[in-house]
Amino acid sequence: MYDVYKIRKQFPMLNSDIKMQNKPLVFLDNCSTTFKPQCVIDAITEYYTEYNSNSHRGDYDLSYKVDVMIEDARKEVATLVNAEENEVVFTDGATSALNLVAYGYGLKYLKKGDEIVISVAEHASNVLPWFRIAELTGAVIKYVDIQDGKILPENLRKVMSKKTKIVSLAQVGNVLGYVADVKEFAKIAHEYGAIMVVDGAQSVPHLKVDFKDTGIDFLAFSAHKMCGPTGIGALVGKYQLLCDMDPFTTGGGMNSIFKKDGTVDYRLPPYKFESGTLNIAGILGFGRAVKFIKEIGIDNIHKHDQELIDYAIEKLKDYENIIIYNKDARNGILTFNIKGVFPQDESTLLNYKGIAIRSGEHCAKLLDNYLDTKATCRMSTYLYTSKEDIDTFVDAIINGGDILDAYFN
Amino acid sequence: MPTLTNDMMRSIIMDHYSNPQNKHQPPKEGYEKVHMHSDNCIDDLDIFLLVNDNIITDACFDGTACTISTSSTDIMCDLLRGKEINEGRKIIDAFHHMMHEEEFDAELLDEAIVFINTSKQAARIRCATIGWNAAEEILKDK
Repeated sequence: MYDVYKIRKQFPMLNSDIKMQNKPLVFLDNCSTTFKPQCVIDAITEYYTEYNSNSHRGDYDLSYKVDVMIEDARKEVATLVNAEENEVVFTDGATSALNLVAYGYGLKYLKKGDEIVISVAEHASNVLPWFRIAELTGAVIKYVDIQDGKILPENLRKVMSKKTKIVSLAQVGNVLGYVADVKEFAKIAHEYGAIMVVDGAQSVPHLKVDFKDTGIDFLAFSAHKMCGPTGIGALVGKYQLLCDMDPFTTGGGMNSIFKKDGTVDYRLPPYKFESGTLNIAGILGFGRAVKFIKEIGIDNIHKHDQELIDYAIEKLKDYENIIIYNKDARNGILTFNIKGVFPQDESTLLNYKGIAIRSGEHCAKLLDNYLDTKATCRMSTYLYTSKEDIDTFVDAIINGGDILDAYFN
Repeated sequence: MPTLTNDMMRSIIMDHYSNPQNKHQPPKEGYEKVHMHSDNCIDDLDIFLLVNDNIITDACFDGTACTISTSSTDIMCDLLRGKEINEGRKIIDAFHHMMHEEEFDAELLDEAIVFINTSKQAARIRCATIGWNAAEEILKDK
């Protein structure tokens, strides 16, 4: 039995009488970031109050303990997505993970005329690194068609060619929230000799992702979207590819030897990619967050998200002035507009009612032509979202009142 | 100026949003343009000022904009039209002061006073000021 109220008790943000516009806070912007449970906050605090020391450095017990704790966190992350521990590279987040693949792999292996396949629904973090690599190497960007909001394997096949070297797509799009069949994508990419990169920022927090079973080559995700701290995430990559690719940043901690004549020996992956002092508090908080997710069960979280979206859609379906763009996505994301109301005006009105949602282009600036609207409102749930949150949200949008209420009440 | 009730302020905003008189391309050559694009809102605007011999002869704007930015920019165009550059700068300064709950001369702002509550919705200050920032940019080096 999924007890959302018991889960909510563990989140200080949900138990501190926090108000927004003098109304109880209802947080429905979980695609953007998520609240942290006390155990994650404690893991971070404990590092600074009980184990503060650098990793890979000291010849003393405290530092050794931190090394062990970092590797424990790596193991937690690896088992969450069914990868080997040495396939998990800690990064600053999904963005830096995707940049690491782009610069470490793309820049090394792509040549003029090679093709990189993405889609118009991608987040900026899975578009702009590839634009840069295309600019630097002379490679060409190709776009797979979106059909009914989804990226379908048959449409991917249509843009593939012998020149395709990289396919990089989100498993769950951050605007429409459909789950893509990345296992099939990987199969197609490999048929053409390309690698399959998956932006897992919106999928790993919400559903079971199996790195080995899907056969994908790289998977990028962020901790803060799954109850972990900001500024930390992971790139999971097939070990051989991690060995082949270049480091993106170099410095302390990632080399085993360097000499005056320029000879450098890098450490083996994943350490080859982790230069400088690590975000140790972040890593330990990330590890604890993953443990927390596993305790609740990722499949239970997925089901909970689906039930909440179904519940919201059921309540909204008879209102003709509410346009829902992703009715059948059922993955914790509801994208909508109110006829005749600018999305930002709607989100301001909801802010006035204490409800946090996101409006705008959601960093997917290539998608507006497809949706036939420049911007949308996005409500997104997570493991602590309650039906009461949805009730408040639905009530607020159907009894919206004047958009200027926010300014004059 | 007379004291405006909330209802009057609402209707002024809605009027300038639904029927913005100054939202169009410049009617002739010679206007200076600044493009503004909001990071967090839909706003994507061009602001045009025609400046002749120290006088802001005309002001208009065009593009995509939300309720607040449309009405705020429309009112600004009315206010700046016919003013000397220095007067125009003073009006813009007063508007910025009002946005940040600092002291300002309400006489200078005339109808723009309807945005006095924007600071209550701090995330929208950028919408309310986008046109004003563009005008300020054009007048900066004059």
